[in-house]
Amino acid sequence: MTRLSADEVQHVAELVKLKLTAAEIELFASQLSAILDYAAQIQEVDTSQVPPTATVLPLRSIMRDDVTEPRLSVDEALANAPNRQDSFFKVHAILDGSQ
Amino acid sequence: MTPAYELVVGMEVHAQLLTQSKMFCGCSANAFDTEPNSNTCPVCLAMPGMLPVINRQAVAQTIRAGLALNCTIGAEAVFARKNYTYPDLPKGYQISQYELPQCSDGWIEIDTAHGAKRIGITRAHLEEDTGKLVHADGVSLVDLNRAGVPLLEIVTEPDLRTIEEVNEYLTRLRQLLVTIGVSSGDMEKGAMRMEANISLRPAGSSSFGTKVEIKNLNSFRAVRNALEYEIRRQSAVLATGGQVEQVTMGWLEHAGRTYVQRSKESAHDYRYFPEPDLPPLAVSREWVAELQASLPELPLARRSRFMAAYGLKLADADVLSADRGVADFFEATLQAVGGVVTPHKVAHWIMGDLFRLLNEHNLDRIPIPAAHFAELLQLVARHVINANTGSQVLKTMFSSGESAARIVERENLAQVSDANVLESAVQSLLAAHPDEVARYQAGKTQLLGWFVGQVMRETRGKANPDLVRQLLQKYL
Ligand SMILES: [Zn+2]
Repeated sequence: MTRLSADEVQHVAELVKLKLTAAEIELFASQLSAILDYAAQIQEVDTSQVPPTATVLPLRSIMRDDVTEPRLSVDEALANAPNRQDSFFKVHAILDGSQ
Repeated sequence: MTPAYELVVGMEVHAQLLTQSKMFCGCSANAFDTEPNSNTCPVCLAMPGMLPVINRQAVAQTIRAGLALNCTIGAEAVFARKNYTYPDLPKGYQISQYELPQCSDGWIEIDTAHGAKRIGITRAHLEEDTGKLVHADGVSLVDLNRAGVPLLEIVTEPDLRTIEEVNEYLTRLRQLLVTIGVSSGDMEKGAMRMEANISLRPAGSSSFGTKVEIKNLNSFRAVRNALEYEIRRQSAVLATGGQVEQVTMGWLEHAGRTYVQRSKESAHDYRYFPEPDLPPLAVSREWVAELQASLPELPLARRSRFMAAYGLKLADADVLSADRGVADFFEATLQAVGGVVTPHKVAHWIMGDLFRLLNEHNLDRIPIPAAHFAELLQLVARHVINANTGSQVLKTMFSSGESAARIVERENLAQVSDANVLESAVQSLLAAHPDEVARYQAGKTQLLGWFVGQVMRETRGKANPDLVRQLLQKYL
């Protein structure tokens, strides 16, 4: 039985920029642990004789020619944006430590 | 004083590939100076359900770069998702070749103070660019025109030992990518962006110190400044018995210092996994051979050939082979002069007068045909005009686009080689300057140059200087 710690759940939440309450962390810790247990079951299968693969499809090398195609208008591109400023998507300030 | 610490650097260079369209969609790969978000489509905006399709030309350019960098071309390359959350990345992941890159295990040769040195290329792989963020007034503004443009990431081994080697590596790499037409190399437009992995170790040590990664270096000068800064900072830490922390840093060009972006503890966990929307890329031997055949002669090979075939010195051959346009022009001129002008003379004219004019006109391409240039050099070699007049004619050729012969004829610039005409000019000059003649005859032979100058002035620079010299010596 896997048991994810609150810290591990918190770390994953930070990676995907989610703010979780203590109750949610508790809830997800048990749910994610169950998922990991399921994955552990799959890992029990002996794959030592099976070459690694990146896909289950037989397709290879699907490519297109290097040509440009019609683009969206600025208004179409921004149609679903919760916030815009002029022609930009507007989001909360992003700081990277330089400020 | 021997420095107490040795520098160890590995470089990562992101070069924008020359293609028409983006990596996975048909938006333009060259339209990001236009109105923000005017160069997007559902694929590069990451609308749900949209599927990427690989740009064949981007793959071809990556393989060509890999071949020029002496890499092994993987028979199968796999795209992966590199997951992280940032507003310039609409999908929440960047598609990048990870475990199986297109090109690996190569090398590039650079010149060092101790001769040629090979810098190992760990890998060269394909990925997509992010969008651009503009920070303003408590908000950030996102422009996705650039999102999805194909990038070639080239990673070296930690083989660079001095700042000069780093600079030489970047110069040679840029030269190579531009020569084979894989990248514009235009630094001002961000066509090459760099990251440096730097560590110091006690001189003589063979193990590596703790490395620091410096990001957002957008010019060779920024790389140099950032490395100089980090060497000072890390030396000071080590000299006082401290430990360098493993961090990711940014570079503030205006402030001239690095700053910590991320510590090791908060390092990204990118959770790479194979991109399920893209089947692996199997590259046939035939295609690789075809791409190999499409490569032009590489700069260093051309440099060696210029030295062997034309007897040029290393420094001259280096300058003439650095830019493909210049190198082609040099050889086209040589062919056109048909042996009348030596390779050394052609080189001299290109690196002197021609480069000076390119600078003055702020040009990066030679605006006159090699045939015109060859004609000019022939006129000088055959003494139809002297070298000074030749320089003037070249200047006129730049502005008017006319041929050298036409300019010489229209402006009546042909050199005076008529001994009778020059003889009388010399005689009247000597008659007018008895004092100088007397001093010359008393042993002040340096005055010969002055006499030559006077005759040249009399003839508006058109006299054949060798003939003038001979006549002066005859009559003095
Ligand atoms: Zn697009």
